[in-house]
Amino acid sequence: MPSDLTIDEVRSAITGRQTTATALARDFYTRIRREDGEIGAFLTLCEERALAQAGRIDAMAAEGKPLPPLAGVPIAIKDVMVMRGVRTTAGSKILENFIPPYDCTAVARLEAAGAVILGKLNCDEFAMGSSNENSAYHAVHNPRDKSRVPGGSSGGSAAAVAAEMAVATLGSDTGGSIRQPASFCGVVGLKPTYGRVSRYGLIAFASSLDHVGPFAKTVKEVALVLRTIAGRDPMDSTSAEVPVPDYVAELEKPVKGLKIGVAKEYFGSGLDPEVRAAVEAAIQKLAELGCEVVPVSLPHTEYAIPTYYIVATAEASSNLARYDGVRYGFRAKAGTLSEMYRLSRDGGFGMEVKRRIMLGTYALSAGYYDAYYLKAQKVRTLLTRDFDEAFKKVDVIAAPTCPTPAFRLGEKVNDPLAMYLADIYTVTANLAGIPGISVPCGENHEKLPIGLQLFGRHFDEATLLRVAYAYEQSRKPA
Amino acid sequence: MKVTDKDVAYVADLANLELTEEERARMLRDLNSILEYIERLSELETGKVAPMAQVSDRYGVDESRQGSDRFAYAIREDVKDGLRESLPHDVAVKNAPDTDGTFFEVPKVIER
Repeated sequence: MPSDLTIDEVRSAITGRQTTATALARDFYTRIRREDGEIGAFLTLCEERALAQAGRIDAMAAEGKPLPPLAGVPIAIKDVMVMRGVRTTAGSKILENFIPPYDCTAVARLEAAGAVILGKLNCDEFAMGSSNENSAYHAVHNPRDKSRVPGGSSGGSAAAVAAEMAVATLGSDTGGSIRQPASFCGVVGLKPTYGRVSRYGLIAFASSLDHVGPFAKTVKEVALVLRTIAGRDPMDSTSAEVPVPDYVAELEKPVKGLKIGVAKEYFGSGLDPEVRAAVEAAIQKLAELGCEVVPVSLPHTEYAIPTYYIVATAEASSNLARYDGVRYGFRAKAGTLSEMYRLSRDGGFGMEVKRRIMLGTYALSAGYYDAYYLKAQKVRTLLTRDFDEAFKKVDVIAAPTCPTPAFRLGEKVNDPLAMYLADIYTVTANLAGIPGISVPCGENHEKLPIGLQLFGRHFDEATLLRVAYAYEQSRKPA
Repeated sequence: MKVTDKDVAYVADLANLELTEEERARMLRDLNSILEYIERLSELETGKVAPMAQVSDRYGVDESRQGSDRFAYAIREDVKDGLRESLPHDVAVKNAPDTDGTFFEVPKVIER
């Protein structure tokens, strides 16, 4: 079978007995072993579990039973989501040998829908980074140009789809970590609404900003995966009791008459001219499809990065306090308990994680709380109101996903602030909790992919996906 | 420079990090550069703006209800007959760096 299969093609090939889930899983493992040496997307393979699942699907097919929606579909998971019995590192040395005793809800739902989970994907340590270079294990190379980063923090998730080492993947997005790598690698990536997908089993970075979401080559496949993982989960008290529509069925609805907002704040200085041209052309295409393009204002946008880096690091400093070398994870040799805490954290965490813990601890410390954390929480309200106001006038907002195409490996590693600014167009959606998707919208003169980002109203992924789908279809050669 | 060597040492202590001399120097430089950028938040007048800690109390909840009633869907009945099964003891200690099978073992807590 070819490796560029869609979810529907996988299912119908298994139903029609042209292949088996087992043969397909083996094909993908062969491909991973051949291709991934140069890319570095995978950290751990879980072949035994994958083949057992494939065997169950094949048995169902052999008995002529109806197959579940993701039957036999090879999927891989960012290594910040736990799987029972499968090493889960969060890209950190501190969890190098951690074997979780339970399954992440999103992964469990994929397997219940028939998916075959191939393995765990490389990422920035604890999802902190925009280039995947903060992985404690190895860098990921962008399949479109191996001298460039795949983006981050879900770099392995985007690269695995781009290199056809999985049909779909899961990533997590705290400030752009799904959308930015999707844009850099030329694939589709969706960050759902906060509360749409359970975070149970997602290793926490910043709990009020963390989201689980899918990557795939096409919008339809992203819709299929979202439909499977979305919905209330009693194990995550922030997962919302909001009905899950059939995102796939909604895709074909017409987009004529929908209002697309364009905010000048997302087209300011620092935006690469080729990215600007590609995104403006995409917006023009939406207008040709019958959408009405409406100017909107998101006046607090320039305050998003400073707000984000206070809120995210404050929450991270609290969440990462649990890594102390007592119950699991790396433990340094030490004479006393307090020395053991310090040396274990010192030896187990990388520089960027330490930097964020320090910044977050500083922002929460006595005397600085009001000036930093409380201030950032208030600006978060202003940033969210900007979107509330805009969505009174429009159905979807269009913007670039990133200010530039993929940068070179090593280009920004010594300048944390420059790295943070790579997330300038993505962090606000996390602060406001609105859904966002990145869809390929062209290439620059070096053939590097460019992403169109679309934002939607809370819990309105259906409209977001519909617009993304209409745009994607319009780009297909007739 | 807003952050001093002393601040770095104090914050590292709060965060249970030791940090090498080199890391402290880098941290001093990086924290100052990031905080200088963050400083622009003070341009905004936020005296009358309510702080926002999370989004889940604003969207996807029953708007007509107040306070914790908005999350009524998340409430479950008390379990009356037997507790839900918890993680078995041997599984809970399986990832421990040091255990005697019953407890997590750590270096001496009281120093004298």
